[in-house]
Amino acid sequence: MTNPFRARGHGHIDRDTTLTFTFDGRPYAGHPGDTLASALLANGVHHVAGSSKYARPRGVLAAGVEEPNALVQIEAPFPEPMLTATTVELYDGLVARGLSGQGRLSGEPDPARYDTMHAHCDLLVVGAGPAGLAATLAAARSGVRVILVHELPQPGGSLLGSQELLDGRPATEWVGAVVAELDTCPDVRVLRRTTAFGHYDDGLVLALEKRTDHLGAAAPAHVSRQRVWRIRAKQVVYATGAYERPVAFDDNDRPGIMLAGAARTYLNRFGVLPGRQAVVFTTNDSAYPAVLELADAGVRVAAVIDARDDVPAHWRTACDERGIDIRAGHVVTGTSGVEHVSRAHVAPFGQGRLGDRQGIDCDLLLVSGGWNPAVALFSQARGSLRYDAAIGAFVPAQDLDAVRTAGSATGTFTLAGCLADGADAARRALSALGTTGPTIALPATSPQPDAAPTRVLWRVPSPRDGQDGAHQFVDLQRDALVSDVLRATGAGLRSVEHVKRYTTIGTAHDQGRTSGVMTSGIVAEALGVDVADLGTMRLRPPAVPVAFAAFAGRNRGELFDPVRVTALHPWHVEHGALFENVGQWKRPWYYPKADETMEEAVLRECRAARTGVAMMDGSTLGKIDVQGPDAGVLLDRLYTNMMSTLKVGRIRYGVMCGVDGMALDDGTVIRVAEQEFLLTTTTGNAAKVLEWMEEWLQTEWPDLRVHLTSVTEHWVTIPLVGPRSRDVLALVAPGLDVDNDAFPFMSWRAADVAGIPARVCRISFSGELAYEINVPAWHGITVWKALFEAGSPFGITPYGTETMHVLRAEKAYPIIGQDTDGTITPQDLGMSWVVSKKKPDFIGKRSFSRRENRRDDRKQLVGLLPADEQLLLPEGAQIIATSDIPAPPVPMLGHVTSSYRSDALRRTFALALVRSGTQRIGDTLYVPLDGRTIPVTVTDPVLFDKEGTRRDG
Amino acid sequence: MQLITCPWCGQREEIEFHYGGQAHIAYPEDPYALDDEQWAQYVFFRDNPKGPFAERWVHAAGCRRWFNALRDTVTHEFLAVHDIRAQHPLTTGTAPAAHQRKGQEVS
Amino acid sequence: MHPYDNAQATPGDVLPDHPDFLWRNPDPKPSYDVVIVGGGGHGLATAYYLAKNHGITDIAVLEKGWLAGGNMARNTTIIRSNYLWDESSGIYEHSLKLWETLEEDLDYPILFSQRGVLNLAHSLQDVRDSKRRVYANQLNGIDAEWLEPEEVAEVCPIVNTSPDVRHPVLGATYQPRAGIAKHDYVAWGFARRADAYGIDLIQDCEVIGIDVQDGRVTGVCTTRGRIAAGKVALAGAGHSSVLAAMVGLRLPLQSHPLQALVSELLEPVHPTVVMSNAVHVYVSQAHKGELVMGAGIDSYNGYGQRGSFHILERQMAAALELFPVFARAHMLRTWAGIVDVTPDASPIVGLTPVENLYLNCGWGTGGFKATPGVGWAYAHTVATGEPHPYNAPFSLDRFTTGALVDEHGAAAVAH
Repeated sequence: MTNPFRARGHGHIDRDTTLTFTFDGRPYAGHPGDTLASALLANGVHHVAGSSKYARPRGVLAAGVEEPNALVQIEAPFPEPMLTATTVELYDGLVARGLSGQGRLSGEPDPARYDTMHAHCDLLVVGAGPAGLAATLAAARSGVRVILVHELPQPGGSLLGSQELLDGRPATEWVGAVVAELDTCPDVRVLRRTTAFGHYDDGLVLALEKRTDHLGAAAPAHVSRQRVWRIRAKQVVYATGAYERPVAFDDNDRPGIMLAGAARTYLNRFGVLPGRQAVVFTTNDSAYPAVLELADAGVRVAAVIDARDDVPAHWRTACDERGIDIRAGHVVTGTSGVEHVSRAHVAPFGQGRLGDRQGIDCDLLLVSGGWNPAVALFSQARGSLRYDAAIGAFVPAQDLDAVRTAGSATGTFTLAGCLADGADAARRALSALGTTGPTIALPATSPQPDAAPTRVLWRVPSPRDGQDGAHQFVDLQRDALVSDVLRATGAGLRSVEHVKRYTTIGTAHDQGRTSGVMTSGIVAEALGVDVADLGTMRLRPPAVPVAFAAFAGRNRGELFDPVRVTALHPWHVEHGALFENVGQWKRPWYYPKADETMEEAVLRECRAARTGVAMMDGSTLGKIDVQGPDAGVLLDRLYTNMMSTLKVGRIRYGVMCGVDGMALDDGTVIRVAEQEFLLTTTTGNAAKVLEWMEEWLQTEWPDLRVHLTSVTEHWVTIPLVGPRSRDVLALVAPGLDVDNDAFPFMSWRAADVAGIPARVCRISFSGELAYEINVPAWHGITVWKALFEAGSPFGITPYGTETMHVLRAEKAYPIIGQDTDGTITPQDLGMSWVVSKKKPDFIGKRSFSRRENRRDDRKQLVGLLPADEQLLLPEGAQIIATSDIPAPPVPMLGHVTSSYRSDALRRTFALALVRSGTQRIGDTLYVPLDGRTIPVTVTDPVLFDKEGTRRDG
Repeated sequence: MQLITCPWCGQREEIEFHYGGQAHIAYPEDPYALDDEQWAQYVFFRDNPKGPFAERWVHAAGCRRWFNALRDTVTHEFLAVHDIRAQHPLTTGTAPAAHQRKGQEVS
Repeated sequence: MHPYDNAQATPGDVLPDHPDFLWRNPDPKPSYDVVIVGGGGHGLATAYYLAKNHGITDIAVLEKGWLAGGNMARNTTIIRSNYLWDESSGIYEHSLKLWETLEEDLDYPILFSQRGVLNLAHSLQDVRDSKRRVYANQLNGIDAEWLEPEEVAEVCPIVNTSPDVRHPVLGATYQPRAGIAKHDYVAWGFARRADAYGIDLIQDCEVIGIDVQDGRVTGVCTTRGRIAAGKVALAGAGHSSVLAAMVGLRLPLQSHPLQALVSELLEPVHPTVVMSNAVHVYVSQAHKGELVMGAGIDSYNGYGQRGSFHILERQMAAALELFPVFARAHMLRTWAGIVDVTPDASPIVGLTPVENLYLNCGWGTGGFKATPGVGWAYAHTVATGEPHPYNAPFSLDRFTTGALVDEHGAAAVAH
């Protein structure tokens, strides 16, 4: 396969290697160094896709990220939606199709890897064109740490697309020399195929490196496909270049209509002739090098249509030498063609009026309406822009303290100017870093004639419809026309942001790089205001589209919010536990035996705990070690009850409230020593409670001599529960006097358990005789296994969180977060006993006396017994007063917070928060369910062993 | 993502810190001397200025120390950070009692 | 209208045209009966309902930037009413009912799409809380349902309902009448109607002072001069604290950045709206095909309309856990709004200590869906000087009495 539109002797492509690819079902060939767009053009394929709204044929307008038209869907090696053909590096086996609007996501999982790298530098340079390379070189020679990122496979930027000479040699030789020198600098890192896309606070620049995309199916699986670089830079120089903009005229969207600079790039970088016979329409000097280079490469330039009345003599001379007709003071008014431009219509344009039109045949119509500096990242850095009327573009108003622009990104469009500007930006950045560097010798550029002024022209009057612009496209991707802009202003819109929303201009893939400033110009003309006052559309991050997966990086699967497991976890897995996520932890939920349902398993586990002995893994309870002379004072201020009076060796249950008086967390406090307490928190709240305590200690009471340490994962905690628990403990802790009098309820003892030094607490979350054995986590499994073995003659049964919940609910021990919801006080939970009357103050106390807290119809925790003893109320069910359900809104009295089937009670039961609940004990209320109501009796919340006869065994 | 200077650890990434809201809101000397409205002011009401704001942060994934900062809520820029024990070195640009300030933006 | 034929347009890509005329651009008059501060969705809706329901048309809506360019232009357009508490579901359901007829009412194609909203539950406590909300919603006449994981997969097949993921989907609440609308169209629909009533919509007009005499509001000072007013209604969203401070009023508000993002246009893959509290994701696929996603709220106070990058990174990671098919979708644009958040995650709508000065703020992440509902109730409050029963529970003094309306579980964003 040959490429009919390749230009001999041009381009930085590897002609010795042929890559085959498929586009819209047809096979084509290209070369390494091609983009999909250049390869299509080399094959004479201009029609890439139909437009989204009007299904107009569309081709390639540009050569880079600013492309609004040539959107493609990648189908192989893996589907990827909506890329611009101009930024897809060609690879063997690429299958793509033109895209008309909506991309397609694969239904298959993306097999690629993505990752993230952090990097730090003194100076980050973005862009490896002349300004960026000069800046990098100047900084590199000063010895500071520099990172240079650039988006192409090879450095050079705009130099790759030109025939400029530096020091009399092709500019790419200078580029090569600079990069070779940079490679020798240990503190310089050059990242190619890397596009900066975001500028955040404190010099954080995000850049996307495409690492294996260009390898296609040959990409090694172990290498990340794309990498997000998080670069912290003390100074940033944006040498991001400029985007050429078109001029709007009738039917300015046909394939074969291209930006002049893009055609120059296709010729010089890719060795592609984008056409055979060209008409060139320009408002400025920049199109002339394209004209001459294309003509010299064999393109017949039928005419140069220069909107300016005066064309500089040197361009005129150069064109004359090549027999190229220049028509000054003319404009292109429209085009003809089917599928492709075949003729440009031109006319003289002076005093706002068009003269007689003439058609000129062509298969390529190049357009240059001037250049817009690429200021997206500078804007993201909160750099302000000003309108430069001479070039009709918005340029950076001034450097920021740590962010600068250089080269054509500042509106400097000569090569010599860009080189000097780059070096100067580096000098300013070095100065801001408090250093200097050697002055670098810049390469000599070819003598350049003085640039003639640009004629700022946004649109040409339409010969068809005068001023309404109904055939003139502004945003090609959104199919938005000049007439749409004028409708917007006619509707009363005065802000470009409103016009953007009215017309959808600038909302597409390219964020309006070729249409945004043009829109401002057209709006300003329509409203008779200055473009400078009107401003331009906000450019938002990311500067280029970035795949979701690249943002996610490695934080996928197991690395997404990693789970925490206890030291006993493998045992639970081995014994068939099912797990519940609690906070970040995996906790055993229940341990079903073969063929057991959850209900059967939980009833069995409950029965073991109430009639024999059972054990669970309580290690996930938060544990905070509180030490210091004032530890008791701190706890007195944070708990609702008194902790300082607790004696060493004793344990007390406590509740913490927020300042608003609502229950925040609960747990036990053991006094380890005179100046040491160990408190437990609920599993999910461990971090929150520690932060809460530290906040008070550090910010409010820094005078208190207290240290707080999280010791959650230092201890494995094993509740050993049931009437036979004492027997089991006695077997594994022979040195411990387990007699009830020697080791009473709510006390703790240091003892060896299975030979391991342990803290054994006599606390119970079930009402049964129970112990909580705490051992250093490293020895947890030893002790667990020893208990299991010692307990096996007693039928010891491991149980999970579900059984724990049933057992505690039978005793009306609330779960903070399940039986409370941030609106419930300890009093509401029936726990006035835990609220000290003696302490003058503690956190939350003052709020108890607010009006809302003094109401006697607050919601209170009660028990509910469904009339049908086998009916299990759903948790969350609402409670009403009547057996009939009235029309909505139905007055609701409260809701079911916990509901279980109880082995001990031989029936179902529930806990509920009910308005005036304690006054309703004995009443019948109703739970609406599936259109009927379930009668329930309100009871005291404690339903099992209300007298507490079981806790001592 | 900002770089925040912990007074103890130096510059660290924002993700290491937790935000603590307005600084210098002392727990009332005698909560029971306050009426419900005054108490509500302490519990729920905080300044919310547009501009410099004296606030608290905690280096949660670092030294776990709370500290005070003066930060501009428009630019997000930290203007100063201080040890929590320093006596009111930072003040928010606006007081809520800036009554009827005409012709100037509350900054 | 257009010379080109759009008959072959990509499905979904052609949105309805906006009308040929939207609003005048009048200069402010010296005096109005009512000045509304803030030309966002709430301000515009309030103006509209003042005219429509109460016959008050001598109104100026003052906007410091461009109309509806704040949170109205920056939200993810989710509309639902399945809030937990009676007070919240009351005003949000009233709002939803207004949404259901708003297109005809405004004669504007607001693209209200009742495609349903799923609120996913990922833990057993999530399930309890979700079911509690469903039961309460049903008794309040709201179309709420509980869906098991397999039913979630039927409603939205691309949600990963595998039990083996980090935060498995244990079920979801579903409100079929919930959905999305096109935010600009909504705002402009209200604006056009308000303008047609003769209400002056005044842009680039920032309020820099509020005049109070003898405890009564008399007007506002603006960047376009002083404007006298019989009544002043604040609707300044993230800037409410700044406005209130002008009269010495301190509010229980904190203003935070809240970020959102869109992808490129994609073939339809996501038929509904999915919200997940546990992993902080909310996502829909808008009319043209772009995925619209909200991120978590930034923790610190900020008026910069910018958030932090790590919030987006976490957002994308969470999104891909739930929706693996999004891996190669591209983030096209991100932006941030300023959300004013109250201690109980419920709004403040009602009277102030200053006579004839009214307050509407604190909507946090819930403001868009409330637009017609609060406009309606706030207009009543301003017109009559008394809160409407819909907004009476959302008074400022609830923070004194303790009668909070704690909706922390309601938004997919951790406050």
